[in-house]
Amino acid sequence: MTIAIVCIAGVGLVAAVVLAVADKYLSVKEDPRIGMVTAALPGANCGGCGFPGCDGYARALVAGTAPNGACAAGGDACAAEIAKILGVAATATEKRVALVKCCGTRSEAIRVGDYNGICDCNVAAMTAGGDKGCTYGCLGYGACANVCPKGAISIHDGLAKVDKRLCIGCGKCVAICPKKLIELVPASATIHVLCNNPDKGPSVRKVCGVGCMGCHLCEKNSGGKEAGHFTFQGFLAKVNYENPPTDAQIVAKCPAKCMAEDAHFESGH
Amino acid sequence: MKTVKSPFKFKGGVHPDYNKELAREQPIEKLPLPAELVISMSQHLGAPAKCLVKVGDFVKRGQVVGEKNGFISVCVRASADGKVKAIEKRLGPAGGKADAIILDTTAKPDGEEAAAPVTEPILPPLDWKTASREDLLKRVEDAGICGMGGAGFPTNVKLNPPPGKRCEYLILNGAECEPYLTADYRVMLENAPRIRLGVEIMRKILGGPAVRIAIEANKPEAIKAMEDAFADIDGNVEIVVLPVLYPQGSEKHQIYATVGRVVPEPPALPIDVGCVVENVGTVAAIADAVELGEPLLTRVTTVSGDAVTTPKNILAPCGTKYSDLVAFCGGEKVPPAKVVSGGTMMGFAVSTLEIATTKTTSGLLLLSPKRVTQYASQPCINCGRCVRACPMNLNAADIAKAVEADDIKAAEDAHVMSCIECGACSFSCPAYRPITQFCRRAKNSIRARMAAEKAKAAAAAKK
Amino acid sequence: MKPKETAAHYILSSSPHTHARSSVSRIMLDVVLALLPTTAAGIWFFGMPAVWTIAVCVSTCLVAEALCRLAMKRENTIGDLSAVVTGLLLALNLPAGIPLWMAVVGSVFAICVAKQVFGGIGMNPFNPALAARAFMLISFTGPMTTWLKPLWWKTPDAVTTATPLAAMKGMFTAEAVASATPHAHQSLDQIPSLCNLLVGNMPGCIGEVSAIALAIGAVYLLWRKVITWHIPVAFIATVVVYSLIAGGAPAYAQVLTGGVMIGACFMATDYVTSPTTASGKLIFGFGCGLLCMLIRQFGSYPEGCSYAILIMNAVTPLINRWTQPKPFGAK
Repeated sequence: MTIAIVCIAGVGLVAAVVLAVADKYLSVKEDPRIGMVTAALPGANCGGCGFPGCDGYARALVAGTAPNGACAAGGDACAAEIAKILGVAATATEKRVALVKCCGTRSEAIRVGDYNGICDCNVAAMTAGGDKGCTYGCLGYGACANVCPKGAISIHDGLAKVDKRLCIGCGKCVAICPKKLIELVPASATIHVLCNNPDKGPSVRKVCGVGCMGCHLCEKNSGGKEAGHFTFQGFLAKVNYENPPTDAQIVAKCPAKCMAEDAHFESGH
Repeated sequence: MKTVKSPFKFKGGVHPDYNKELAREQPIEKLPLPAELVISMSQHLGAPAKCLVKVGDFVKRGQVVGEKNGFISVCVRASADGKVKAIEKRLGPAGGKADAIILDTTAKPDGEEAAAPVTEPILPPLDWKTASREDLLKRVEDAGICGMGGAGFPTNVKLNPPPGKRCEYLILNGAECEPYLTADYRVMLENAPRIRLGVEIMRKILGGPAVRIAIEANKPEAIKAMEDAFADIDGNVEIVVLPVLYPQGSEKHQIYATVGRVVPEPPALPIDVGCVVENVGTVAAIADAVELGEPLLTRVTTVSGDAVTTPKNILAPCGTKYSDLVAFCGGEKVPPAKVVSGGTMMGFAVSTLEIATTKTTSGLLLLSPKRVTQYASQPCINCGRCVRACPMNLNAADIAKAVEADDIKAAEDAHVMSCIECGACSFSCPAYRPITQFCRRAKNSIRARMAAEKAKAAAAAKK
Repeated sequence: MKPKETAAHYILSSSPHTHARSSVSRIMLDVVLALLPTTAAGIWFFGMPAVWTIAVCVSTCLVAEALCRLAMKRENTIGDLSAVVTGLLLALNLPAGIPLWMAVVGSVFAICVAKQVFGGIGMNPFNPALAARAFMLISFTGPMTTWLKPLWWKTPDAVTTATPLAAMKGMFTAEAVASATPHAHQSLDQIPSLCNLLVGNMPGCIGEVSAIALAIGAVYLLWRKVITWHIPVAFIATVVVYSLIAGGAPAYAQVLTGGVMIGACFMATDYVTSPTTASGKLIFGFGCGLLCMLIRQFGSYPEGCSYAILIMNAVTPLINRWTQPKPFGAK
């Protein structure tokens, strides 16, 4: 019994000595700032900065190969702290969130076929161009929802919606959408046009009950062309987020009902 | 010239219900000119053609309306006289949108009476025996010929191997292994002499390779017709009878079955093992282009399925709307549950009959609810049927499971880029898993990633 | 206002647009049909206890799977009949006289622990029926190693006995001692005659006794292309070769007693837990046969089949990795 205790204790002592020596002489020398920057970053590991995880971005920052402020999730506060650690000047960037520019749910926009296959928008778009009548619209099979690291996107009635409170603006949903209808907009903007179809009004009407018809009423009601709150791509109105409209009345006055005020602040869904 | 049995058999493959008896005995019928044609700028593999006409123009049959746009591209010619009603983006059979000319074939320029039927050839006929190789190639290019078996690769590029590569075998693809389709069978049965002329021309272009005509054993009458047409041809020409197995018509498998050569994985091409494979319809089109000066303006399409009143093999101008084809067949017997452009194994499901034929539309199938099976998202039970069925010898089950878990890298390591999307895996799966769709998803993702990397490298190189 | 939808609404899917019309439930039904001869034989030899054991196992498995899926908030999968197959196979691997509550416990283990916990069909690493049998062997060793004498119901009392395997285990060592001792001859008497071995007139688990009934079932499965020949042939051939080399009981006895027949044809061939390629299956069958005989000769249990298959189930992912098919055209 005593022998067993002595042996085990001896083994433990030897192991402790070996570990202490290894820690002193075999340890990997690392810049301590990497650890400090990693701690300052939000730790979401979303990859939105373009680097493999927060640790990857921290290493690149310390090595000087990455710009500060690429972390959308951390935002300005985080960029400021990192600037302090690295001893550089901080730059301010505004928080951006994702906006799904479509409001054509299954109840409003027609489907032209019954899709049977993998529940993913990219493959659904490959099959006969998608089963939605509007070829520019949201298919609602959840590619964006699946890729969102924060679970900020949910699908309701065949339409994706972003919860602004959860979105960190990493941009993964923007990249994966086959219709390219998700845009990163300033978090402070409240008026949006939820349509992506630039075709003429009658063509849009044939496929969707709430599609933008290009009537220009939103532009007229917000000070006209000179005010510059809207631009037009074909027959599609687009909000100019550098000079956004502020009068919420124009949302109610839109005849197509394709505009929304603070569209993606979903509570309760 | 002799007929031999295929000496090699590839591993894998499946035996779908062929249902060819629905349209087999229907001789090729010419469709009366439809009132409207939708001529797409993208009827081939490669860059879409550049539209040369504008709305309101009157075009003549055979006139070039879309010019070749790049090396891997094909010109597009008007399939009939008419007025350009509109030029707009239209949905194609594969689901992509491309610019298309909407042609009103009933309109005539003011002051012109009903034109006498055109007797002059559109292009000057050539005597293939005296014409140079370059002239013949130019004719194939000018005629707008692309592979009519389905892929639509520009034929003049295929018949012009890059320096250092020589064509040792010209293989004619008469397998038509897809269920329901009988267009190639009827072409072989009725136009075998045209095919023979096409072979002579192609042999000259390719520098005298041996010729192997591959036909599946379930077409004995076609084999006989081809034997009769090729009986007295000189040189190393054989008809190779292939066992009935899907996908016998796949390029790589046909090369293996006829001459025993294995085409390495992509990016290798058949020419890397000295082989050129062409569909029999393409070969007949080459003959018409050279001898008659007739560009590729029409093709035979099998309209079949149990939801169409009278299945037929229709010779129609490229750009014919599917609705016109179905009307010519007596309309729908029952409302179809699915409409497929092509055959049931590799064809595309379409959402509307307003889509038009292209140079590569070999079939149009109207399938009743009885004939349609639905995919399900059941888990894989590891039965291995897909692995046994895969003609490329891939582990289809593992690829599908990897893609389902969003692990595209694992799918790439399992050689998914070699997948020919033949559908044998999904066909055999008892869990009704959409394995072919998983493979497509992986391939698309990998291609997008490679394109992005290429663009990044090009941008970096510029700096 | 939603615009009017077009009249024609076709199904849009990726190719292929046709199917071989096979299905998981059809495959499972084929397995059940293939097991009917041996079920009938088991009921004939062991009477009402066998009927009760089978009924209890199958119904418990169905109920357990339905409740499990409900609790997991997944869709109900009892329609694919895999729970029926698990229940039937488990029952056929139990002695007829086992107390029914033990059969219930085993069935619940088979479905809930060995299958659903991993995610349901297709995800389990071990054969659920065999995993449950192993669990029951450890938990209820006594009742799991007490077998009814065949056709006991013809006599007024139920008589329990050991299987011939116990005697055959002794024969390994008996051979090693001396050749012409009376021991060897005596042990040979304790093995049933070839006729009885084939028909099933011997003590054992409900489904493992009748080799002929099992063979009929296996031939049916081969004809329906549910199983391939690789695993059964590799398994049985390994057993035969091993017993010829190692001596002991005759090779035919090794194959026809215990779980070799039912194991090779029905348990080891389970899709989910065996390799997918032909060469992988051969390796798997060989490994099962080898381990089975090693356990029979050197292990503490007289029967090694279930453990052999379970161990090989664990090695299956590795075998799959080793035997990946070579793509057409790959270097």
